[in-house]
This record gives sequence, structure tokens and C-alpha cells, in this order.
Amino acid sequence: MATVKGTVRVHFKDGVLDPQGKTIHTALRQMGYDWVSSVRTGRLFEIEIDADDPSRAQDQLREISQKLLANPVIESFHVEVHS
Amino acid sequence: MRFGVVTFPGSNCDYDAYAALKRVLCAPVEFLWHGDSDLKDVDCVILPGGFSFGDYLRPGAIARFSPVMKSVIRFAETGGLVWGICNGFQVLLEAELIPGAILRNESLRFACQWVRLRVDSNRTPYTRGTRPGDILRMPVAHADGAYYADDETLMDLETSGQVVFRYVNAEGIPDEKSNPNGSRRSIAGISNREGNVLGMMPHPERAVEPILGSEDGLTLFKSLLGTTATGVDSPLRKRVVSDRGV
Repeated sequence: MATVKGTVRVHFKDGVLDPQGKTIHTALRQMGYDWVSSVRTGRLFEIEIDADDPSRAQDQLREISQKLLANPVIESFHVEVHS
Repeated sequence: MRFGVVTFPGSNCDYDAYAALKRVLCAPVEFLWHGDSDLKDVDCVILPGGFSFGDYLRPGAIARFSPVMKSVIRFAETGGLVWGICNGFQVLLEAELIPGAILRNESLRFACQWVRLRVDSNRTPYTRGTRPGDILRMPVAHADGAYYADDETLMDLETSGQVVFRYVNAEGIPDEKSNPNGSRRSIAGISNREGNVLGMMPHPERAVEPILGSEDGLTLFKSLLGTTATGVDSPLRKRVVSDRGV
């Protein structure tokens, strides 16, 4: 059995209000970084899985993302498997 | 009617709900444990307010997979009464028993205040003792309370009469100032299509005695107990829909 590392990135869907991102954006502009035109927050999960079949790792991470890590009503996710 | 109040790790309104039922309404009520799947044959399950599992990941996201929730979901799908209040509402949304999701308050502030709720549907067992347009005063206490659903879902909720409560001003009109959290269309509570599952952010269990500032929460409990509609066998004063200043 091999240990496979992966990351899952979860972020708000377009159109879903992200007041934290908006507040960070405002703060950055107040700090003088007026070239920042938008900030959206998200979440990063670093996950290790015991994989019988490393080629299935992508699907396994997708499954847990769909089930728990992301709420499909408001969030999208992106899975990456690191070899 | 027998009630069961679920305690999750981090629930903090379970005793409020229990006390409202036991002490104020003299109704049979038991605690249900998140780790058990036994619903003790109750007729109505209350998922109380609080911060189950520390609100980790998303409010309600972890609680939704508790052993008790398997039974609650089955119970709801077979017509059982399931009432989610505050964190309990978030659990119901995560469990997809009602549509939509809850986001961080638009203000990013914890909203701890009195609100006015307008009843928009009395076609649920929780509101059948009310008339559409009635205004109820109750507290809210949450950091994550902004109801969100996409346009299509909102339209569907509106047309099927699933919007049960909205935040309104003294005139009964939803406006930005009366909306404590940025909920879409000022939605404060919704039901499933059948009406047996109700989720709401405000706290009726904290508005059951004059000393608490309002008794309007009793209206909902009494609707369930069948005392408001018939006016019989209630040891309590008659309901007065108060409209004192917030």
C-alpha cells in the first residue's frame, strides 16, 4: 500500500458573497495596494491517503470533497494528486 | 406529542429548548444523544442552537454525519417532525433535508439582537396557529446566518410556499435594515416541501416568558401541541402577538 499525497482546494462559487474576501480586499487597498482588484477566500486541505491503487486517488479525493469538504450549494473544489 | 432535543458536542441551546417544553409548556420531552441512533419514539425532533463540533469546516457540516442524524433523516423522510433552530437549521441544510446553505453574516459581526419575523406560511404544523402576516418577536444570536440559495431554488421555494419566516420592519415589510445577516430575500426560516421539516435562524425557545422579553416563541410550540388552534387544554395565557419596539 502506498501513501499518496493530495490537495483539495475549496472556494466559493461565482456569485456567492464572500464578505471576508471583500474585507481583506478593502484592507489591502487601504494599505496602498490599490492594484489589487479582487480577493476571494477559500480553504486548502492537505490529505494523505493509503492507496491500494494510486490511480484511484483522484476519485477518492473527489468523493470525500463532494461528501464533506465542500458544500456544493455554495462551493466548488479542485483536486490535485501529487506523485 | 413527545419531543426529543438532540445534544451534539457544542450544542448550547439544548437546555433552553428542553426548559421551554418541560417547564413552560409542561410537554413531555427527552434529550437525544448525537452518538445514539435511538430517537426514543418521539413525535418531534428538535436540533438546537449552538456550535456543534466547534463549527469546524462549516456550521453543521460535521454534526450532519452523527449517528443520530441517520435516524433523523429517515424520520424526516417518513413525515416525522424535525425542527432545526439556529445551528440546527445549519445541520438540516447540510443534511439536504431543506434546500440552500448558510453563509457568514454579511456584516462579519456576530448578530445578537431582537428581530421581527413575519409569518409567510401557516401551512406547516409549526405555524398553523398563526395567520400569514403575523409578526413575531424573537432573538437571533449567530455569526453565520445569511441564508443563500441560487435564483432557481429561491423561485421554487417562493412558489411552493416554503418560505415560512422573513425578517421585517415594524410595518411588516422586509428591508435591508431589518435583515440582521444579509439573508437572500430576508429569509429567516424555510420548510421542506411537505412542511414537516422546519429550519430557522431565530430562537423561539428564548421567547417563551415575559421575563425573557417576548412570549411569541410559544406560538410555534403551541401550534405543534395543537393548543393555539383549538384554544383548549392550555395552562398558559392566551397568545398575544406583541409588537413592542426592537
